[in-house]
Amino acid sequence: MSAATTWDRRHLLSIADLSAADIHGLLELTDHMVEINARPIPKVPALRGKNVVSLFFEDSTRTRTSFDTAAKRLSADTTTFAVSASSVNKGESLRDTVETIAAMGVDAFVVRHKSSGTPELITRWTTASVVNAGDGWHQHPTQALLDCYTIRAGLDRRDGFDGLHIAIVGDIKHSRVARSDLQAFTALGATVTLVAPPTLLPPVLANPGHHDWPVAVAHDLDPLLPEIDVLYLLRVQRERMDDALLPSLLEYSAHYGLTTARAALLPPHALVMHPGPMNRGVEMIVDPAELPGSRILHQVANGVAVRMAVLFTLLGSGSDLRGEGT
Amino acid sequence: MGRLLITGGTLLDQSGERRGDVAVDSGRIVEVGPALPPVADDIVLDARGCVVSPGFVDLHVHLREPGREEAETIETGSRAAALGGFTAVVAMPNTDPAHDSVSVVEFVRAQGRRAGLCEVLPAGCITLGRHGEQLAPFRELADAGVTLFTDDGNGVQDAALMRHALEYAGPLGVTLAQHCETVSLTGGAVMHEGACCSRLGVPGWPALAEVLMVFRDIELVRLTGVPMHFLHLSTARSIELVRAAKADGLAVTAEAAPHHFSLTDESLAGFDPVFKVNPPLREAADMAAIKAGLADGTIDAIATDHAPHAPHTKELPLDQAPPGMLGLETALGLSLVELDMPLADIVAALSWKPAAIAGVADRHGRPLVPGEPANITVFDPQVEWQVAPGALASKSRNTPYVGRVLRGRVRHTVYAGSPVVVDGVARR
Repeated sequence: MSAATTWDRRHLLSIADLSAADIHGLLELTDHMVEINARPIPKVPALRGKNVVSLFFEDSTRTRTSFDTAAKRLSADTTTFAVSASSVNKGESLRDTVETIAAMGVDAFVVRHKSSGTPELITRWTTASVVNAGDGWHQHPTQALLDCYTIRAGLDRRDGFDGLHIAIVGDIKHSRVARSDLQAFTALGATVTLVAPPTLLPPVLANPGHHDWPVAVAHDLDPLLPEIDVLYLLRVQRERMDDALLPSLLEYSAHYGLTTARAALLPPHALVMHPGPMNRGVEMIVDPAELPGSRILHQVANGVAVRMAVLFTLLGSGSDLRGEGT
Repeated sequence: MGRLLITGGTLLDQSGERRGDVAVDSGRIVEVGPALPPVADDIVLDARGCVVSPGFVDLHVHLREPGREEAETIETGSRAAALGGFTAVVAMPNTDPAHDSVSVVEFVRAQGRRAGLCEVLPAGCITLGRHGEQLAPFRELADAGVTLFTDDGNGVQDAALMRHALEYAGPLGVTLAQHCETVSLTGGAVMHEGACCSRLGVPGWPALAEVLMVFRDIELVRLTGVPMHFLHLSTARSIELVRAAKADGLAVTAEAAPHHFSLTDESLAGFDPVFKVNPPLREAADMAAIKAGLADGTIDAIATDHAPHAPHTKELPLDQAPPGMLGLETALGLSLVELDMPLADIVAALSWKPAAIAGVADRHGRPLVPGEPANITVFDPQVEWQVAPGALASKSRNTPYVGRVLRGRVRHTVYAGSPVVVDGVARR
């Protein structure tokens, strides 16, 4: 995996662009945002007059709402363009779409696209900042940041993740969350094990041979459970059976799904996380409400604060975070 | 009108290198010798510092006409070819309509004649519409002069159909060419399957998908004895298989594209669709194997797979953009920069060896001696130049070599006795 270079603080495209210090800085800023969100009036004028446009080529009400809330709490103007893939297929190139909207005056695009790399392509056609809100199987950097924040808070790890063992379980191959998370977790010092059948691993990890991913790979979950600090479950989708990657969801579930019995094997302090939306009965068989270690709703709450920190970092130069009238 | 006199160059053909001037009249070489004196009306092409060789032949171009004239026409593609030193190009059949009827191949040839910049040789389809289901009218197309058949863009997936295509084509004296891609392994594929696609989260096109079809087709040649040409080989293992097949005496030939010996999959790290091509850019080890294959003759020909695409189609997300890149005008410069081979072997791979595979060895890639048809390329092997998309003659701009400095450029191209490129400028 590529090493971080100097982050320009103009775009947030990939966790690979961030150093450990960059991630720590964003998490510390997130602390401020959490404090703002706890105020009676959770709103500051930091980004007043900035125009943040959500360019969602793929539906995601959750992520879009989270970014929208974050931008509004910083007093930015927000607009959503839900661009269906079909309108692009009607002859307008991605470049035309981006340049047309950019011409209306945009400070930041928040981009979700089913094709890997699209946010990076968009940076060529606009002077606005671009925030990757999830691209294909590639990256979902704000998810990784909010996951780091959740672990940092949940295990009281402000100084880093040295000594933590995190297992990411499920469809790694098709997961932008896994690619972002493993980079962020290892950048902060954690040991990461990817747990999946070989068919759900990226090609370079599925077959024998050299790879440079900073992770361990396991095909069985149970032996790992007693020694992990965070169990991170990924969504497993039904179409994986159509591609003959899995015999059945039932078989997946039997081997990798989190049951009450498996949860009991975890250390008492261990956190259970999931990026949502959950497939109840597949990767999550136990009711997460019954898991003391579940941080799934914390993840959602922290998402708003992390996205505030990201937007403020990219757009907030020269402004501060004081509240109205202070 | 007087003769055409090419003066002061180094002649390089099948019989080696020597100093000499070449005089051309009425479409043929009429005199070769040291310091031929010009007479009144002679057009003199200065070849000092240059190599004078038989014209280049590109076994693999997409000229897009008919059907996608916004990307390229036979005229603009022919101009790019002439500027690249090619006096003949084999036009792939994936047009709309495809080259599966005499009327379409006659149209393509006629458009080539109308442009008058190089000979355009339409390849015929192996199957109707390139759908892989029913044989194209081989005999009719062969009678109309088609010598090479392929479904390029698609590989023929059905082994029985491919067997029958070879058997049926055998008595016709034509060559079948395969785009080797086992599609059950490449569904949704965007780039080479390996470390880079794993990291980028992009669906991979495994080397195996090419290797399996190369293996199958070598065995079909062993069975049928009918010659087969492998298009744009991209993987180390395929080249090993072809090397072994040739050692067994089988009638197989192969080509490689300059982008496969000059770029790797890491070029896609920025998700730029200009680097998307089919088969995809592969790894350093594959690149090395292609270079070794060209050097030892396992790979017979350098073929560009020139594939123009209109700008808006490459301004899409990587997985939606069509595969393909320009090649005609950069092939020579890339070959001279990248290949550690004697110049004569590079010219052979660009000229007489592909001419033989294309079935045009009677008129292209001929030795530089009196009586031969005058299809001649004059190039400066030392001059360095920087690739600028806007300066290319192709109607499209999708070159992956923007800003790259190449060494070696065509100065003059003589096609059928006419100077179609003079001092790097197309005359038509």
